[in-house]
Amino acid sequence: MPASYFDVDGTLITTNLVHPTLFYMLNQPTPLHSVAKLGRALVKAPWMVLAETRDRRLFNEMLFTSFEGVSEDRLVCLAEETFDKVMKPAILPKARDLVQCSLDKGHDVVLISGALDFLANRLRDHLGATDVIANRLEIKDFFATGKLLRPVVAGPEKARLVREHARAKGHNLDECFGYSDSYSDVPMLSVVGYPAAVNPDRRLKLLAQAYHWPILDLAA
Amino acid sequence: MSHPCVVTLDSRSAPRTLFSGDQLVEVDLPTGTRVIYPKPPLEALKNVDAAIRYAINHPYNSEPLYAKLRPGMKVTIAVDDISLPLPPMRRPDIRERVLTIVLDLLNDYGVDDVEIIIATSVHRRMKDWEIRHVVGDKIFNAFWPKKLYNHDAENLANMKFIGTTDEGEEVEINRRAAESDLIIYVNLNLVPMDGGHKSVAVGLCGYRSLRAHHNPRIMRDCHSYMDPKSSALNTSVVRMGRLLNKKVNVFTIETTINNRMFDRPLEFLAKNEDDLTANERSALRALRFTLSKVPQPARQAIFQRVPSPYGVTGVFAGETEATHENTLRRSFDQYMVPVVGQADILVTGIPYISPYNVNSFLNPLLVQVMASGYLFNLYRGVPMVKKGGTMIILHPCTDLFDNEHHAPYIEFVHRLLPETRDAMELHKRYEKKFSQNPAYIEMYRFGNAYHPTHPFFMWYWGEAGRQHLGRTIVVGADNEYIPQLLGWETARTMDEALRMAKQTAPAEPSIMCLHAPPILMADMSVGRQPAALEASRT
Repeated sequence: MPASYFDVDGTLITTNLVHPTLFYMLNQPTPLHSVAKLGRALVKAPWMVLAETRDRRLFNEMLFTSFEGVSEDRLVCLAEETFDKVMKPAILPKARDLVQCSLDKGHDVVLISGALDFLANRLRDHLGATDVIANRLEIKDFFATGKLLRPVVAGPEKARLVREHARAKGHNLDECFGYSDSYSDVPMLSVVGYPAAVNPDRRLKLLAQAYHWPILDLAA
Repeated sequence: MSHPCVVTLDSRSAPRTLFSGDQLVEVDLPTGTRVIYPKPPLEALKNVDAAIRYAINHPYNSEPLYAKLRPGMKVTIAVDDISLPLPPMRRPDIRERVLTIVLDLLNDYGVDDVEIIIATSVHRRMKDWEIRHVVGDKIFNAFWPKKLYNHDAENLANMKFIGTTDEGEEVEINRRAAESDLIIYVNLNLVPMDGGHKSVAVGLCGYRSLRAHHNPRIMRDCHSYMDPKSSALNTSVVRMGRLLNKKVNVFTIETTINNRMFDRPLEFLAKNEDDLTANERSALRALRFTLSKVPQPARQAIFQRVPSPYGVTGVFAGETEATHENTLRRSFDQYMVPVVGQADILVTGIPYISPYNVNSFLNPLLVQVMASGYLFNLYRGVPMVKKGGTMIILHPCTDLFDNEHHAPYIEFVHRLLPETRDAMELHKRYEKKFSQNPAYIEMYRFGNAYHPTHPFFMWYWGEAGRQHLGRTIVVGADNEYIPQLLGWETARTMDEALRMAKQTAPAEPSIMCLHAPPILMADMSVGRQPAALEASRT
């Protein structure tokens, strides 16, 4: 049985990693905490922009430092609300069709996302996907340290994780499908037999055209 | 004495000008070559609206349309898609004129539950501006997009199973149409394989029904697609259509057009080169020069952006089969050119357009469809070329695809054809899996791509030609690997191709040249070589 590996942010939903993170920052125990978090994030913003252009993994690591000091309870409590208010309204209607079509054809649908696992799991359940590969925060003494556990789900690492997942579940990668919107996911798209560019950025679109990969517009 | 449209070349004959994609190429053909030209365009109807009204009020084998109407009933109007005619017709398209009259009538009789479906089957969805061109501004503005839309064969919840024929063919069509009190089909008949039961039973169906007849076994049994009586494809479709018409109420409106494909400035392209006036010869030279100098997109625009001034030659309505009989008669009047005796070598140019690349590029798989499918099949009786004979075609065979319209074609040509060219093997090993590719299905449903099964059908479409022909030689290909993938040989010039063809032909081979477009059909009769012709039928 083949598997379909879906990138999430920009591919299935219109939001990116920043939106749910921002929601968490704005919903700290007190407004003062929220202002402090936002202030620290603003200071880091130029470096994050630079990191995004160089290395998606580095960007993810910098972004999730905003969760430093947030209690595990709060992360879980707010997850439902973050999903309902930030992620769920951002799901592209045609993305549901594509996921459903893949399930109907008997594929295992695997979400592979830089988002945090407690949010990605909710999206998996909502879409009826089979599995999820997502980032995990390091928790020490019931509080997030702001660091990500290895492996960080981003860039070329996604390709390795897809390979590992396929091997573990017995999928032949030549028969598997991959969907992403971003040029940074080219390594992941390159390991599956049937890659497709979804709402692609300019660089991915050029590459998809050159290699005759299907180009889907789920946002139209 | 041969028909005036069959010209036998002698030593004084001018070179022939044939299409090679979107270029025009001059070729010298040997003395004695028979060149088949299209008939002149039939005279168009003077009052088309009156003809439409007359047809729906005096239908064949059916009560008039108005007598079928009652207030509050549910009516679905299905319309042929953009694959007809080629190139698209100058506005107002005949479908707009028919729709205008039919919708007025429905309105007069208090029928307000009306939806218009573009009967695309597994063709690509038409874009809004393409639909506007076909149905006109007024209807488009009133109905689009809620009550005027493309058929979606992959929306399985919106497909309804009708039944199974005695031969096991499963009939399934669009649910809205199936559950309507009346289906009115508005057809535009370009060639004799269009229309009839094909309209509803194919235009509104999905893969479940198509696989019954769009397969290599049925295609091998078509002699030819353009002659419904000798087409296994048509026989299957008729069986399915008859079952369908027992379960749903269908009123068919069919229209025929003449073959005025080129407007006045380019009309000479359909003429015998020996009969061109000095002005026409200069215009032809200028056109050839221009086409050779401008880039491909500009050449495509020159031919495809200008709608054709087709004239309407007939409007027929009523029960499907009775209506279609009259349509076919009119269609054959326009296209049939009597030709006596098959050829050993058939020469033809492949033009820039096919039913499947309106507003896009004729990719290699479609070149194959045009050569081994459509042009080979432009006959009634026996094929134009003898069994095991050679077909020489002119086309660059450029390895170029439209990423949007023909996404699944690319994988078919570059991933499957290198594995095998055997249509049976492709059908058995790859078709089902390929048809379930979610990315391609998504592109078909919500983009403007052909369904993933379509490239397979295109390959099967060439099956009868492939089974019959001994060799196909391409002149002017800009690469060798595409012809090789398609199973063809290449030659740099027509002389070289003819030399190659003569190596496997009898001494003093008979050569025929099909001078199309515009469309024509060879009404083949056995003539001087009955034994050979009989053998070629088997």
